[in-house]
Amino acid sequence: MTKRFLQRDIVIPGEGAAMLADAIERIAQPSRRDFLKRSLTLGGLTLLTGCATDDQDSIEAALMRISRFNDRVQGWLFDPTRLAPTYPESMMTDPFPFNAYYSEDEVRDIDGDAWRLELSGLMADRRPWSLAQLRALPQQSQVTRHICVEGWSAIGKWGGVQFSHFLRLVGADLSAKYVGFKCGDDYFTSIDMATALHPQTIMALTYNDQPLPPRYGFPMKLRMPTKLGYKNPKHIHAIFVTNTYPGGYWEDQGYNWFGGS
Amino acid sequence: MPANERTIHPAWLRITHWLNAIAVVLLVTSGWRIYNATEFMGFGIPRSITLGGWLAGALQWHFAAMWLLFANGILYLLINAFTGRLKRQFFPIRPRELVSELGAALRGKLAHDDLRHYNSVQKLAYVFVMFDSVVLVLSGLVLWKSVQFPLLRELLGGYEGARRIHFFAMAGLCAFFVVHVVMVVLVPRTLIAMLRGR
Repeated sequence: MTKRFLQRDIVIPGEGAAMLADAIERIAQPSRRDFLKRSLTLGGLTLLTGCATDDQDSIEAALMRISRFNDRVQGWLFDPTRLAPTYPESMMTDPFPFNAYYSEDEVRDIDGDAWRLELSGLMADRRPWSLAQLRALPQQSQVTRHICVEGWSAIGKWGGVQFSHFLRLVGADLSAKYVGFKCGDDYFTSIDMATALHPQTIMALTYNDQPLPPRYGFPMKLRMPTKLGYKNPKHIHAIFVTNTYPGGYWEDQGYNWFGGS
Repeated sequence: MPANERTIHPAWLRITHWLNAIAVVLLVTSGWRIYNATEFMGFGIPRSITLGGWLAGALQWHFAAMWLLFANGILYLLINAFTGRLKRQFFPIRPRELVSELGAALRGKLAHDDLRHYNSVQKLAYVFVMFDSVVLVLSGLVLWKSVQFPLLRELLGGYEGARRIHFFAMAGLCAFFVVHVVMVVLVPRTLIAMLRGR
């Protein structure tokens, strides 16, 4: 996601009032403040009409319910053994695009020596992990296609620890519904357990055989070729297993939670 | 099949037609907004004619309206096939008739005496839009679930191939829509027939 796609413009004439009222309500939510700064335009104010706020809200609520229904359909369609296609290294996209909810000059600089991966929730061994400890685990790599919700795609090579191996190692409750992630760039997201256990879901520590550079999520990102880009969190510093729906940075704003292919 | 001799379009056809029209308008306008996130054809669609407000909103509309298009489309095709209407109304399409009727249509001399019978140009246009809609649904399925449908994905040229097919099939649908609406304006009786059946 890049900033330019966050603008919330007036779409249907007459929606102005509803959208404005909706927007005012959203100011209360910190995660929405950023894009509101860019979305409350003069155009939005001049389009004020007598349109009822309730209509706009009920449409948004209905669309959100359908999106959650689509989560269930996708969970049902998801075959845990079906692999995403892999590619020869010659097909890698160079340079691999940078993408985040902030621009590239705002990439966080994280100290790998001080970094610890914190674990919480439904797992037996919640001791934190250092980068050296993770690098000592069995590693695997993949050349796969990263598909962004914006529509573009790019092929990259990631290496790291198979997530299912790690979850078993720490005694995670594999029957739990969700695995959540908190990141060093204040991003957060969560995934379904079936995808967490997918053989191509890896805790990526390298990109193109080199330690993950800061712009791709140093020291660790979760790489899932079965999910869209915004479901692949970077700079992860905490992982938790839960049965309570954790949502996510983009998901809470309306992007589909399952977000997978 | 037709109980009433005067019936041009049976009720099920009119209902599925208008539901399809709603689905298509929602899908195309939200799809334009989704397309605008990358503008991979090198141009953007004016925001004022797109639906959803921003990418997430457009995606929500798109992935809601797809169910309407899909369910309604299946219903339409099944009833059409099982009542024999598909074969009766749309086939055969004879190339010779098509050429002469296309010429007549372009000169504005194509007759529309009996709205129950389609001329060859209509037959081809309607069969095209049925096929095009199926292509849209299948390519959309690859874009949504590219990992889960490997055979379909490879048939459509991979994720990126499916993306382009989805775009061009949309363009084909829009072209049909424009001609369709122009024809309705030229022969307004067709609109009445699609509303009240006679």
